[in-house]
Amino acid sequence: MSNQNTEIRQVRIAMRNCGIIDPSNIMEYIARSGYDALAKAIFEMQPNEVVDVVKASGLRGRGGGGFSTGTKWQFTAAAKADKKFVMCNADEGDPGAFMDRSILEGDPHGVLEAMAICGYAIGAQEGVIYIRAEYPRAVERLYQAIDQAESMGLLGDNIMGSNFSFKISLYLGAGAFVCGEETALMNSVQGGRGEPRLKPPFPAQRGLWDAPTNINNVETFANITQIILKGSDWFRSFGNEDSPGTKVFALAGKVNNVGLIEIPMGLPLRDVVDKIGGGVADGKKFKAIQTGGPSGGCIPAEHLDTPVDFKSLGALGSIMGSGGMIVMDEDDCMVGISKFFLEFTAEESCGKCTPCRVGNMRLLEILTRITEGTGKESDLAELENLSRTVCDTSLCGLGQSSPNPILSTLKFYRDEYLAHVVDKKCPSGTCTDLLNYEVVAEKCKGCTLCKPVCPVNCISGERKEVHIIDQDACIKCGACVDKCPFNAIIKG
Amino acid sequence: MSDSITNFTEIDTFIDGLPDKNGALIPALHKAQEAYGYLPKEVQLHIAKRLQIPAAKVYGVATFYSLFSLEKKGKYRINVCMGTACYVRSAEVVLKEFAKELKVDIKATTDDGLFTVDGVRCVGACGLAPVVMVNDKVFGRVATADVRGIVEEYLAADHAE
Repeated sequence: MSNQNTEIRQVRIAMRNCGIIDPSNIMEYIARSGYDALAKAIFEMQPNEVVDVVKASGLRGRGGGGFSTGTKWQFTAAAKADKKFVMCNADEGDPGAFMDRSILEGDPHGVLEAMAICGYAIGAQEGVIYIRAEYPRAVERLYQAIDQAESMGLLGDNIMGSNFSFKISLYLGAGAFVCGEETALMNSVQGGRGEPRLKPPFPAQRGLWDAPTNINNVETFANITQIILKGSDWFRSFGNEDSPGTKVFALAGKVNNVGLIEIPMGLPLRDVVDKIGGGVADGKKFKAIQTGGPSGGCIPAEHLDTPVDFKSLGALGSIMGSGGMIVMDEDDCMVGISKFFLEFTAEESCGKCTPCRVGNMRLLEILTRITEGTGKESDLAELENLSRTVCDTSLCGLGQSSPNPILSTLKFYRDEYLAHVVDKKCPSGTCTDLLNYEVVAEKCKGCTLCKPVCPVNCISGERKEVHIIDQDACIKCGACVDKCPFNAIIKG
Repeated sequence: MSDSITNFTEIDTFIDGLPDKNGALIPALHKAQEAYGYLPKEVQLHIAKRLQIPAAKVYGVATFYSLFSLEKKGKYRINVCMGTACYVRSAEVVLKEFAKELKVDIKATTDDGLFTVDGVRCVGACGLAPVVMVNDKVFGRVATADVRGIVEEYLAADHAE
């Protein structure tokens, strides 16, 4: 296994300094050519040249959308206004994703420097970082980094003695997933409820406080300094035509090696799971890899040779997303996973538009029904239909993508749905309402050990006689299974 | 049970120190929650008055964001991470076990005001799944068998005070 690991080369661009420098000491950042890119931009390049390099690099938004970063910068640069903003979206809300947290905690200056470069390129003098309050250490590191950079003249008025001034402030979120949507985020910074706005106008025309605003994700910014220093051709030497560069993923779930990885785009999923991840944990069988969090989908074993890039993952009905990658094994119920994500989106829907507010709730009700054993076969068509309606008619990215987990599991794991609605069985044994615990008469020795552990006293039988579980009273807690020394109680 | 709050000095000092009152509502609510632990009606009304915005707007914002609480929470807040990585490693079972151990509903606070049990959004420590946070302390790879020990640790800590 360890030999195989070394075959796959992780490449660190966005995370080049994480774990290498002391993030609380600006001198260590500077020693690794920190703020060189900003100096190069200010003193050797025109703003439009900076935009051109970023555009030529082919860098695409790492928050999940995958829109061309250079084009975004170009739009905001072209907008005419006295005041413009550069915003950093650090509202990393996808469950199972912690790339941005690690970058901000491990290399805060990399993001600050990139924001200043962006400010120079688009003609903005103010930057705002919107960060989740759930990440206290990242907040602390950013405040400290801003102070240090300002005291050395690397941020603030007349940076490095030039005419360019740029200030960065921090804004803390308060726990709302929808604020990862850029216009909802702007409403939140303005002190309101985080509800998205209709687009157009796009933030590049009218964003924060109605001023033209360029907003990028943390990891997107983390690539900028290296692109400026080493050029767009260098950046394009990693990844593939569709998706140049690298991507950071949070590999987690049922895999042996969990943690953050940064890989060149285009690497097959199989290499991520087997080589970098060291295979599925506890010798279990691989079932799915989930990418893109609540907006993404589940990819089955037969598609493990798919390269990790925006286009290929999209073609499978999943998305690149911000970088969550959760491996699931044979014990995970795919209907249950859909329900898990729908519980999330139904709760996080801001309520502004009807398809998302009501549609997700109805989807959740159908899924709940199926996992509780009262689903019908016609529910599957209903799920598909309603999912498409929610995708097509919701106002923002949250609702437009929230049914993706359902659509992708229906496509690849339809058998499991059918087992739930037709046979009233959960093949992976996770939906407790579809489970029965039974005593295998041949194996039961009548030792009575299971009787006292049953919290509802539903096991009967005398010593040395075969015991019986009262199915009506059983709450399916599994305590008896764990206790039985003869493996005489089975669930199914 | 709710002792009416009459001292608003901390919020006032914070609001007075702001260079710009635009967009100050969420930072002010953060500050208030830090000071009082929750956002009762009188605190919301006071903030509305000081920022010269409608009380309805303050209430609308306070109820929109999950980190703001309108109810008093327990001294020890047991938060079980409900991120995907924790979920596939049985976080839900761990959450239920805490509720069972403390004989309290999920999201509710024990009668003695010591513990609030709840599930939270991904805390970004997926390598340690399933993760439980008690106030600011992180417990990683928590099994149902560990639940009683964690509760007893805090009961003992409270007793020692």
